Amino acid sequence: MTLAIGAPAPDFTLTDTAGENWSPNGGQATATVLVFTCNHCPYALAWHDRIADAARDYADRGVRFLAINANDAERYPRDSYEAMQRRVAAEDWPMPYLHDATQEVAHAYGAKTTPDLFVLDAGGALRYRGAPDSDYDDPGQRATWLRDALDAVLAGAEPERSETKPVGCSIKWLGRSAS
Amino acid sequence: MRSPTLELLWWEGCPSTDRALAELRAALAELGLDHTEVAMREIRTAGEAAQGRFAGSPTILIDGLDFAAPKRAAEAGEETVGLSCRVYRRRDGRISPTPDPDDLRDALRKALGEVEP
Repeated sequence: MTLAIGAPAPDFTLTDTAGENWSPNGGQATATVLVFTCNHCPYALAWHDRIADAARDYADRGVRFLAINANDAERYPRDSYEAMQRRVAAEDWPMPYLHDATQEVAHAYGAKTTPDLFVLDAGGALRYRGAPDSDYDDPGQRATWLRDALDAVLAGAEPERSETKPVGCSIKWLGRSAS
Repeated sequence: MRSPTLELLWWEGCPSTDRALAELRAALAELGLDHTEVAMREIRTAGEAAQGRFAGSPTILIDGLDFAAPKRAAEAGEETVGLSCRVYRRRDGRISPTPDPDDLRDALRKALGEVEP
């Protein structure tokens, strides 16, 4: 099931690499960006810096980014919680990196790929879902679809482009041998 | 002119197959090998991946060899075998789901004997 644009986003509590709990509805964020991502996927890695730059650029406007890894760590050890901790320790992350070990959150949002982005407004309604921009191979795109959506949400308007096709590696679901 | 044997190994969970094939065909065209056949082989199971040391999708074999196989043990440690999308590095350092076209062209030239190994 995929969450519809305008629908209230499911609440959850997940733990980040430092052991802190996070919820999309906690705090006073002007908007929240959920980034389903992982450590091993070249699409997620190619887009990571652009998403991180957006997190930094929008932080002073009250936008909160939550990165979420839901991949089956047994079949993909590079996506284990320990590997997430090592990665955050080695890199400069402007957002917490949460572990969805049961995949309940990924299922609740209908996340399909890494990356797959969900932008929520201050009231917790879904306003954008999809890719950061049109080309993982072009850093000059600067996550423009995400930024356009955030600019609209922060202005109290509907994003002109509210849904795009997420592009990336399939989320590695528990108990599946492939796909 | 001799044509190398080419095989593109792919897995359905990774969307980069079409792009990899297009870039391979473009490289072949540049070298005058437009009509060289590219055999497509789907890797379906973890067992197949393990048996073939499949380093991720897409993997391109030139004359039976993975042209992007790590050349040093340290690099090999970063590679994993299994059903996943393969991580390539472009020459400018960027991460990509497909090989750098320049690397691909160089490997094809090498297979043609145009450059020293």
